[in-house]
Amino acid sequence: MLSVQDLNITFTLYDRGLAQKQLTVITQLDLDVKAGEVVAVVGASGSGKSLLAHAILGILPDNAQVSGKMLFKGEPLTLNRCQDLRGKAIALIPQSIGYLDPLMQVGQQVQRTAQLSGLSRPAAKAAVDRTFARYRLAAIVQRLYPFQLSGGMARRVLVSTAVVSQAELVIADEPTPGLHPDVVTETLNHLRELASEGKGVILITHDIEAALQIADRVAVFYAGTTVEIAHAQDFSNNKIRHPYTQALWRSLPQNEFIPISGSQPTPEALPDGCLFSDRCPWVTQECQLERPPFLQVRGAPVRCIHADR
Amino acid sequence: MLIGKQLAFRYPHHNWIVRNFDIAIAPSEVVGLFGPSGFGKTTLSKLLAGYLTPTQGQVTIDNSPLSDRGYCPVQMIFQNPELAVNPRWRIHKILAEKQSPDRFLLDALAIHPSWLDRYPHELSGGELQRVAVARVLNPATRYLIADEMTAMLDANTQALIWHRVLDYVRSHNIGLLVISHDAALIKRVCNRAINLMQVGTSR
Repeated sequence: MLSVQDLNITFTLYDRGLAQKQLTVITQLDLDVKAGEVVAVVGASGSGKSLLAHAILGILPDNAQVSGKMLFKGEPLTLNRCQDLRGKAIALIPQSIGYLDPLMQVGQQVQRTAQLSGLSRPAAKAAVDRTFARYRLAAIVQRLYPFQLSGGMARRVLVSTAVVSQAELVIADEPTPGLHPDVVTETLNHLRELASEGKGVILITHDIEAALQIADRVAVFYAGTTVEIAHAQDFSNNKIRHPYTQALWRSLPQNEFIPISGSQPTPEALPDGCLFSDRCPWVTQECQLERPPFLQVRGAPVRCIHADR
Repeated sequence: MLIGKQLAFRYPHHNWIVRNFDIAIAPSEVVGLFGPSGFGKTTLSKLLAGYLTPTQGQVTIDNSPLSDRGYCPVQMIFQNPELAVNPRWRIHKILAEKQSPDRFLLDALAIHPSWLDRYPHELSGGELQRVAVARVLNPATRYLIADEMTAMLDANTQALIWHRVLDYVRSHNIGLLVISHDAALIKRVCNRAINLMQVGTSR
């Protein structure tokens, strides 16, 4: 359904005075999503997770240059096509109710989304009623304002906005941080249901555990590149390939809780070779020469020349 | 010993948020606190750290009441660091709000010297949270409250921050209250845990 290949995003910024500089924030990013599938995108903040979502929705700022290939249902995703598709075939489930209009009742807002996606007014109203009922939101909730919603209700309203638009591809950006485990599970189950209905779902999160609850595959981002696209079961089967993925997994409190030192390279000072080379326990001279290409190791792509060890 | 005795809080003309709550945290003890949203976890920590004055009950440190003047010996670390720092201050000024942390602590938290001249919006969430942590790890802090301190962060940054904080509170005899929804994290870092569902706050 969606295929992103070798995506690069560069920002042009003013440095000093009128001098400009180029900042490459996404390099060689890859991702593909099939219909009926949940693909989780995990990584630290600054790894390019949200920028990818913005690129797919065509809402990057004007000073961004994008190169590489983005295909949606086999056709190139140009800026014009993004504008046509977003809110209709491609929908975003935002991070928090901060993205809703604080002065508008939530029922009206969701209905407006449905109308903008092409439904007539009565059809949109019916779609809102149906969707709210599906997510156990009482009729009275439609007349509430965003600040009156509890955390769990807010989540269900945000999911509703994506459901009424009949989107085929749903992007959920960090839908779960700081929520009670029951609400997390409920939100994730809603996403899983959307996939079972044949939609493609991208779940952007820093929470690996949440991702593994529902994802079919997990794409791990680091410093603006995809380092590995693993199958969800690879994590518990000890089959994950990239040293960064392994480090993330080991650092969970229920595993070893041991972090690796250092931090992600900044876009101003990206190494020439592998982006993870300065923190990697397996690093050799070869790693520092060029960016590693995707290699197939144990049935999945990984950007590491030592991954088959 | 940090003691909250029969703490109760409500806004005027509203229902009780917290009622009849007792808590005691000893120096160098790590105590977990968990419970569903809306049970008053954040209200409790604000009472203990002096951000809110209890409607009933009292907060004391070694038998003297919490002073509302000067630097509070009970400090909080919040979930969203961008809301906890002055957006118009550079990082070095934020760090120096009480006293500038030494080089050793900055290194331990992997705070890069090049960040010091930046503004908060020029750092990522994980980077800024490490700055917020460094700011409160100073000799005047005797108790720390970590309210969902790492909920917004990736697993590696989470583990890094927790190791540094735990090292510091152990070596400086600081009492630590950990508020989190993550049962695995509480189990990993705490000596004991309080379940608000069992002890109750107002309900």
